[in-house]
Amino acid sequence: MKGKFDRKQGKKAPGISTASLPDIVFMLLFFFMVATVMRDSEALVKTNIPTASELTKLEKKEWVATINIGPPVGAYEALKGTAPILQLNDKFGTVEDVVVFVENERLQREPRIRPYISWALKIDKDVKMGIVTDVKQELRRANALKITYLAARGQGDFK
Amino acid sequence: MRNKSRETPEVNGSSTADIAFLLLIFFLMVTTIETNEGIPRKLPPLPEQDKEIVESKLHKRNVFEIRVNSSDQLLVEGEYTKVGNLRKLTKEFILNYGRKENLSDNPQIAVVSLKNDRGTSYLTYINIQNELAAAYREIRDTEARAKFGEVMDELTEAQQEEIKDKFPMKVSEAEPEDIGGKK
Repeated sequence: MKGKFDRKQGKKAPGISTASLPDIVFMLLFFFMVATVMRDSEALVKTNIPTASELTKLEKKEWVATINIGPPVGAYEALKGTAPILQLNDKFGTVEDVVVFVENERLQREPRIRPYISWALKIDKDVKMGIVTDVKQELRRANALKITYLAARGQGDFK
Repeated sequence: MRNKSRETPEVNGSSTADIAFLLLIFFLMVTTIETNEGIPRKLPPLPEQDKEIVESKLHKRNVFEIRVNSSDQLLVEGEYTKVGNLRKLTKEFILNYGRKENLSDNPQIAVVSLKNDRGTSYLTYINIQNELAAAYREIRDTEARAKFGEVMDELTEAQQEEIKDKFPMKVSEAEPEDIGGKK
């Protein structure tokens, strides 16, 4: 009887095995490798895109050029203010720069895919339509007519 | 003798987790979750003289007029409404076939005209575009089910084209104006 009690007190709680920890982390790693893409340019403007349900997948990445519109991110607020502004690749831009941007994007791509470039508009949902309309007018002037309003999958938020 | 009995020592695997964590954190930092979905639209070429021709050809009943002001309020065919009603109203308009006299004659010539203010929020604009797309999608799906027994996505390209030809999505956006002033 006594011996039994002694043995129990002397026994240590078994440590939790961490042998499966690498497996779990690898699983997470693979998830992120598959579900994400390399960031190609730093976000200079906040683009909290709206949600919508009628979405179509964009084509291959080489066929898409993106125009971001939104208020500058915190670090640039002092420099650029808080009014919505364009981000063309890794630079701030104005509506007047759109035509030049379109031409540059075209020249960077192979001639055979130039007519099929689609222009993705990544626009913050609080932006007013004024600047969006101006950008659309400029795209029309540059004959860049195939546009996509980027949106996240979900129900639109309205009543 | 001693060498033979000895087993190869196992490689210590406790640092695998650290290596994997390192890689994981690297990927978390340098990648973003891709947003590669959106609402595709075709912009019209810049107007020259064809604009007036289009306007004069259309009878008023075949134009479904949507106006949005700078407070994100909707006026559909002259009546105040909410974005939530837009899908239903659009479907009624397209599938009217000449029954009600203020709605369309047939889907072939029905045009949705969207006019928004410069002060309208982009969110409202996308919601309207989305509701219009949803209305057309529902109409096409109903037709596809009646005709081919499948929804649009399941059909062949030729069948999809046939349905799209029957219910062409014509959304015209007017040149923007300042309705209701700056906000």
